[in-house]
Amino acid sequence: MRAVYAFVAGGLFGAGLFVSGMTDTLKVQGWLDVFGDWDPTLAFVMGGAIIPMAIAWALVPRRLTPLAGGAFPNRPTPQVGRELIIGSTLFGAGWGLAGLCPGPAIASLSYGGAAHWVFVAAMLAGMVVAPGLRSELDRRVARD
Amino acid sequence: MEQDWIWGLIGGLLIGTGGAVYLLANGRVMGASGILGGLVDGSERHHWRERTAFLVGVLLLPVLLYPLYGTVDTHITESWPVIIVAGVMVGIGTRLANGCTSGHGVCGISRLSLRGIVSTVFYILAGGLTVAVFRHLLEWI
Repeated sequence: MRAVYAFVAGGLFGAGLFVSGMTDTLKVQGWLDVFGDWDPTLAFVMGGAIIPMAIAWALVPRRLTPLAGGAFPNRPTPQVGRELIIGSTLFGAGWGLAGLCPGPAIASLSYGGAAHWVFVAAMLAGMVVAPGLRSELDRRVARD
Repeated sequence: MEQDWIWGLIGGLLIGTGGAVYLLANGRVMGASGILGGLVDGSERHHWRERTAFLVGVLLLPVLLYPLYGTVDTHITESWPVIIVAGVMVGIGTRLANGCTSGHGVCGISRLSLRGIVSTVFYILAGGLTVAVFRHLLEWI
């Protein structure tokens, strides 16, 4: 059942990314472009997505376990470290450069053409080397 | 074009509903980079079935909806070096930060997570600055 629920969740996510136009790199860059012809669409997408998600978080304390069993995720320790800042900045720069983030990059694979496959391949390569970079970063911090 | 915001809102509600299903049914935070990254770097070999099922859903629904639209242009840059550099940055960055627009943005902000909010502020600032440099500053110089 877990896989079925995950498929439904992924389907809703993919459909939402598609109809909202978030796989259009111009719309994403247009939202980031505050000095140009600003496109507000992404703000509506974010706002729209946060509403059902906030309701879901509010429901969590009322339920003992998730529908498929297991446990709800723990609240992460509110630790804002170097990796969060460096990672988010690096991600944001890449996001602005191409106008794609991980979700839309996957959602657009079937119609975006070769460039989207190249983007996803590069992204996966980055994800594969990231754990090594993370431990290297940790080592340097520990040494200083 | 004037209806873009309505479709944005509808799409956003769908995205958030997907996240709600993933949380309430599977007890997991819906983050695209985490679901994908955990599969490719081998850190989350367990749960591979639900992760794969999620990704199949993300890929498949646009395939089913596409015929209703006819054509969808993603307007991606034609510069492959830019695409590759951007992809690597997104891959490394989201894994270092442990999240992207869906995990930190949608799921983090909606539970008022400090990490999610801080991450979102930084990636939007970095994204905005990058677009400003490439769209305006370089042309202006």
